[in-house]
Amino acid sequence: MRAATWLERTDIQLRGLTPFVFTFLMVLASALPWHLPNFAPVTPAFTTIAIYYWSIYRPDKLPYAATFILAMLLDLLTGTPLGLSALVYLLLQVILNTQRTFFHGKPFLVVWWGFSLVMPGVSLVSWIIASLYFNALVPPMPFIIQAGLTISLYPLFAVALSALHRHMMEGQ
Amino acid sequence: MRAYRGRALLLALPLKSLIQRFAFVLLVGAAITIMILSRAEPRLVDSLRGAVGDAATPILEFFSHPAASFASLVEQVDAVLDVHAENAMLEAKNAKLLKWQTVAAQISLENEELRQLLHVVPDPNASFITARVISDSGGPFVRTVLINAGKKNNVRKGQAAITNEGLTGRVVSAGQHSARILLLTDLNSRIPVVIESSRERAVLAGDNTPSPRLEFLAVDARVHIGNRIVTSGQGGIFPPGLPVGIVSSVSEERALVQPYVNWDRLEYVTVLDYTLPGFLPETKRAGRIGELR
Repeated sequence: MRAATWLERTDIQLRGLTPFVFTFLMVLASALPWHLPNFAPVTPAFTTIAIYYWSIYRPDKLPYAATFILAMLLDLLTGTPLGLSALVYLLLQVILNTQRTFFHGKPFLVVWWGFSLVMPGVSLVSWIIASLYFNALVPPMPFIIQAGLTISLYPLFAVALSALHRHMMEGQ
Repeated sequence: MRAYRGRALLLALPLKSLIQRFAFVLLVGAAITIMILSRAEPRLVDSLRGAVGDAATPILEFFSHPAASFASLVEQVDAVLDVHAENAMLEAKNAKLLKWQTVAAQISLENEELRQLLHVVPDPNASFITARVISDSGGPFVRTVLINAGKKNNVRKGQAAITNEGLTGRVVSAGQHSARILLLTDLNSRIPVVIESSRERAVLAGDNTPSPRLEFLAVDARVHIGNRIVTSGQGGIFPPGLPVGIVSSVSEERALVQPYVNWDRLEYVTVLDYTLPGFLPETKRAGRIGELR
């Protein structure tokens, strides 16, 4: 086997950045003003989708430190209590790390089913931490609607994600 | 060579997982510490928020244009669907408003004369700046927006943000080119208001729902559905008389207010620079209610 040229190596490295860049775009999507009726409080948790997917398939390309930085950015941009998303997403990632092999090679419906179990957990933990942080009961309804919306939008993102994933693997 | 590699892997794998575990514990610890610190000392985080807001402004500005055009497409379709009903409604409203215009002209003239008669001290004129909303708090935690104007444009913490419909909220942190506005529906928003007709004072407290409630109303306060709520100007942060909303429901325990602002169409906000002469210097002015800086 001949040694990879500089260009090829750079190409592989750039492809390896896909999970980070995609999650970064999802963070931006969460912060954008969509101007849709009653949308802002229940904006789907785009970042959760990205972290769920990459934690299952390519955890090596989305290490804890990357998740931490992206989550802090999300908190800073959306005005969420700083550190909340980082804590929740790190916990999500560590749980997925123990379960991820279960999802490998499983049909899409199983992975979606997994997400439909994970998302309410993420919402519940976030709600508890937010209520503790503000020392007041944050209205739970937006959390429930957000979880429902995110779960129902998951297939749409999964299509894009698996296409990206295939593209990323081509060079490796 | 191969055996050596195998042995190195044997060593490297547990080491890698050990490092990962260590990183995990460290980062979780950092997240918790930052959360507690930001709660105890919000000022520490404010400058960081400002800096990140500044850095993200060009990106968010770029991306918020397509988002806005998508939203306007939805709006246009919506508008075409009920154009006839809206036209009839607007004609009726226009006729009514024309009547009110004459009344307003008369009253403002009369008001001017009476003020002169009484030698009323005029309120300081507020200067203002209008900025675009470039980021929304996408999530169920807080109700804030980011605007593309900051300290460079004289936007400072505590200033009132309005739209042509009414009060939107106040500036909670300002970077050089961006500032965050706490909407009046947010859990942490407290705004001194007055019921316009009865002059009863109250504090408008947000709770993350679309209808904030009136707090600290007098026990015998006369509050009715449909009463207009305006800022009282108490505390000197907000100019008095800014329209806030109307009372939408009254029960034994609480009165809820429907704000005038249409949150879904919040594209531009105007930040008012209102300073009472001889008032506390900016550093000593309250950030949150009751929290002296």
